[in-house]
Amino acid sequence: MSLATSASKRPINKDLLAFAVIAALLLLVLPLTLDLFRLNLVGKYLTYAFVAVGLVLCWGLGGILSLGQGIFFGLGGYCMAMFLKLEASSPENTAIQSTPGIPDFMDWNQVTELPWWWVPFQSFPVAILAIIVVPTVFAYIIGAAMFKRRVGGVYFAIITQAIAAILTILIVGQQGYTGGINGMTDLRTLLGWDIRTDSAKFILYFVNAALLLGVILIALYVKGSKAGRLLIAMRDKEDRVRFSGYDVANFKIFVFCLAAAFSAIGGAMFALQVGFMSPSFVGIVPSIEMVIFCAVGGRLSIFGAVYGALLVNWAKTTFSESFPELWLFAMGGLFIAVVMAFPNGLAGIWKSYVEPIWARLRERPRPAPTTPVTAPPVPLPVASIAPIPSQAAAE
Amino acid sequence: MIGDYTYDQFFSILAMQGFAGLSLFSVFVLMALGLAIIFGQMGVINMAHGEFMILGAYTTWGVSLFVTSFAPALFPVYFFIAMALAFCASFTLGVLVEWSMIRHLYRRPLDTLLATWGLSLILQQLYRTVFGAREVGVTLPDWMMGSLPLTDIIEVPINGLFVMGLTTLIATSVFLLMFKSRWGKQVRAVTQNRVMAGAVGIDTKRVDRLTFGLGCGIAGVAGSAFTMIGSTGPTSGQLYIVDTFLVVVFGGAASLLGTIASAFAISQAQSTMEFFLSGSMAKVLTLLTVVGILMLRPQGLFTLKIRR
Amino acid sequence: MTDATGQGPFKLNRRKLLGAMATIPALGVLGTTRVFADTSTAAVNTSGLAVTDTDVTVGILHSVTGTMAISETGSVQAEILAIEQINAAGGVLGRQIKYIQEDGASDWPTFAEKAKKLLVQDKVASVMGCWTSASRKAVLPVFEQYNGMLYYPTFYEGLEESPNVIYTGQEATQQILAGIDWVVDTKGAKSFYLLGSDYIWPRTSNKIARKHIEMKGLKVVGEEYYPLEHTQFNSVINKIKLTKPDVIYAIVVGGSNVAFYKQLKAAGIDLTKEAPLLLTISVTEDEILGIGGENIVGAYAAMKYFQSIENDNNAAFVKAFKERWGDGIVIGDVTQAAYLGPWLWKAAVERAGSFDIDKVREASPGIELTTAPEGYVKVHDNHHLWSKLRIGHARTDGQYDVVYETADLMEPDPFPEGYQ
Repeated sequence: MSLATSASKRPINKDLLAFAVIAALLLLVLPLTLDLFRLNLVGKYLTYAFVAVGLVLCWGLGGILSLGQGIFFGLGGYCMAMFLKLEASSPENTAIQSTPGIPDFMDWNQVTELPWWWVPFQSFPVAILAIIVVPTVFAYIIGAAMFKRRVGGVYFAIITQAIAAILTILIVGQQGYTGGINGMTDLRTLLGWDIRTDSAKFILYFVNAALLLGVILIALYVKGSKAGRLLIAMRDKEDRVRFSGYDVANFKIFVFCLAAAFSAIGGAMFALQVGFMSPSFVGIVPSIEMVIFCAVGGRLSIFGAVYGALLVNWAKTTFSESFPELWLFAMGGLFIAVVMAFPNGLAGIWKSYVEPIWARLRERPRPAPTTPVTAPPVPLPVASIAPIPSQAAAE
Repeated sequence: MIGDYTYDQFFSILAMQGFAGLSLFSVFVLMALGLAIIFGQMGVINMAHGEFMILGAYTTWGVSLFVTSFAPALFPVYFFIAMALAFCASFTLGVLVEWSMIRHLYRRPLDTLLATWGLSLILQQLYRTVFGAREVGVTLPDWMMGSLPLTDIIEVPINGLFVMGLTTLIATSVFLLMFKSRWGKQVRAVTQNRVMAGAVGIDTKRVDRLTFGLGCGIAGVAGSAFTMIGSTGPTSGQLYIVDTFLVVVFGGAASLLGTIASAFAISQAQSTMEFFLSGSMAKVLTLLTVVGILMLRPQGLFTLKIRR
Repeated sequence: MTDATGQGPFKLNRRKLLGAMATIPALGVLGTTRVFADTSTAAVNTSGLAVTDTDVTVGILHSVTGTMAISETGSVQAEILAIEQINAAGGVLGRQIKYIQEDGASDWPTFAEKAKKLLVQDKVASVMGCWTSASRKAVLPVFEQYNGMLYYPTFYEGLEESPNVIYTGQEATQQILAGIDWVVDTKGAKSFYLLGSDYIWPRTSNKIARKHIEMKGLKVVGEEYYPLEHTQFNSVINKIKLTKPDVIYAIVVGGSNVAFYKQLKAAGIDLTKEAPLLLTISVTEDEILGIGGENIVGAYAAMKYFQSIENDNNAAFVKAFKERWGDGIVIGDVTQAAYLGPWLWKAAVERAGSFDIDKVREASPGIELTTAPEGYVKVHDNHHLWSKLRIGHARTDGQYDVVYETADLMEPDPFPEGYQ
């Protein structure tokens, strides 16, 4: 890995700087400048950033566009919500029901006892485990079935979309067990701790931000590792990587599962912070919106994804407060503008416009990272373009 | 389930469900043909397809309003005028979109998906602003409503027959256009090898533009036909988009015949299951089966060997 | 105000009616407001709401984008009209009502977020809003936690009674029981086919309907649910033809309605022949706009309000509504219920002599509205309204003929014994 260390020494330093900036922003600037209501909103936006970071890995690096990240966000969120709902449905809280002790929506739908697959969610450790494991296993099944058969690109996008649609219909249709279209509402406490209070919201914001920073670190590690480079290589010339002896499918499955796990954490944190979960996060529309967060931030930039999620959601909230009707025009325009004019999103703009100015100001000539330093130790003909994230995703 | 019915009734069920499946089939084919042309021939994913369809529906609605107030005598046949106009409207918009957006994105299929999704949001809000958030009702001429009784249980809806007839007509024309006309030859040539096609003097840009326009135009006609059986509102178009994509992908993207076969398989499966299961579960099972088969056979039912 | 645009012979008449509508509730509570002679802001607002010496802010929270905009547009229009009328008549406790409108975007989490914004940031004195059960369930914890007041206009499934919500539509038993009684007594119905969209309101409503039908010793021959926004109903229509029920009891909502009635008609089921008869609780005049009158003519609907109700209140209301929002507009049950929201809130505030949520809540039960377009309503202790049930018979022009109304007001019973 001499290439990775020598050629990308600078980018890693830059990554550290960017990480410090984002950590300061999330942990200091925002909490100090925003009132609790807005901070809680930011916390909610940040849960989408988990998905966006996952998408940078699997779409930006790997070229796998999943239009079904909502599946995993939803599964993670539902696992969390099931635990919280069970805790909120203690026999005392639900005394007016015909069957006390089960969630209210079950009672409304004449379910008289807790379904067996709900039972494990009474335990907190199991629920936490399920938040990660259930979506990851699900992603593994999808990924293994598709990538082993070399399904990719557009087909993969459409099939994930279909799966998102199926899951939504299933959740809505089985309302006795899932809460249907209403979702699981009125989640109150986590292990006896009231998550609706102001102090809890404040603490949860920091938990969320810390988790996100952790996820960013993992993502940075993966991006900088050999697997990350192989992913980029696969995106650009899959066959060559395959001919070099790598099992392309396994890398794809890995990154897809990782993105799913990230999304699931986001979903779980969403359920905790907002206090409910609904099938409207599982479907096609939210899944595509999540892709947009990533695209706006820059599909190749992990930090860009976080800023993208923050910015788009912030714009959505403010815009829809003042001009609800115009919001969709703005959003649609944003989609088109990002795709057509700025395929690398905010990060791309930063790279091509801000950084040169920055560099000129510091009067230090920018080292040209495009020059292949040495012959790569791994026989990758495409490795030379790997460290240039600004390389357009155009295949 | 069968036990509850007499033999006669059971036969009727089969016939009626078959017919229900057939009308679903026509709906799928009408929607999917346009999409299949665009996706199969050009590799462009048009997420705004449903909105092109609704443009056709709104055109039909406009024509029906115009005819009832200015030329009531034409009312019985206005639907044909409306369909022609719907085609023109969607075709024009399609060509416009191709010129302004799609042609810049030909090498980035996933990006066309995002850009057209943005377009669909804009179009939806545009419809909402122009036509109002409420649904509009399209009045049909009398001869298109009602049904033909075959037995005392089996009745055949006339508008169902009309849609089927229309589907056959459009599908046949598309086939003739694709496989018998000079233009069709050019389209297929461009699909198979863009560079070579350009080298032998085919104006590939023009072919692309017309292909995209044609696909959208067919969506417009579909929208016009859908006013007979469905709702016309700003968001109605989205209802069909996933089903339609599945039909196209399941059929094998580049094969029009595959599209028709898969539309037939999916519609019959769904309507048969709907009779024995609840509506929601039938839909879930159908989609699951399709996704399952696609996982086993990703290239779809029919494949066309092309150089990638 | 809209008065300025009044013209010709209608002007005087309409003014008189409007004036009467606006003043009657004010007069009714005049006695109570006099007691609280002190209406300084400090006295009427002890809980930090957005009330100044000249105005008071309320929130309107509906979807104006997304799929539900189809249904919720009418509610927004009704609420704005009511607020404008109240302002023209002098406001509430001498204060003009200002409103902040937020868009729920047909998305339940957005509803929760916006509700919180209205309560926490804008400190609104009340919120008129929500339409679907899902959106209400999403905002309910927010209203309970931050102690807000929601006026919820839609007929819904019941099973809920929140101190922070006034339900101005009907709960399920009010809408269902009398309707089924009517169809059994006057039409001699013996068998029913229950059909609905797949979510909690149709399912709960059908559950109550089924219990009621079976308690009468009659038969339910089928029960079927389709996903929201489903557009293919041929299979269920075939089942209906096979089972030959006397009554199709349909609770299909939204865009699906259009497909369902068009396909019903196309399949040769002529609703005017009443064989089978169709009774719905989900199709208001708003939906008929999309369905088309000729496709649903002959169907019966059981609700508390139809635009065609004949009384002075309603005549004035319909006229004011059309002048404000355009001639082509129709008014459905929910729109009327939404119109009641601001009036009920005003009455409660003036009775309490305060904008404080707790005092408004305390003052709410027992509030009467003699000026309601539907006739007369009264707030029950359980925060639902006493109201009548009417049966409408659909005409080709998209309106209903009222063919029956219950003699007495029906008591709201959100937790009906024996129906759960």
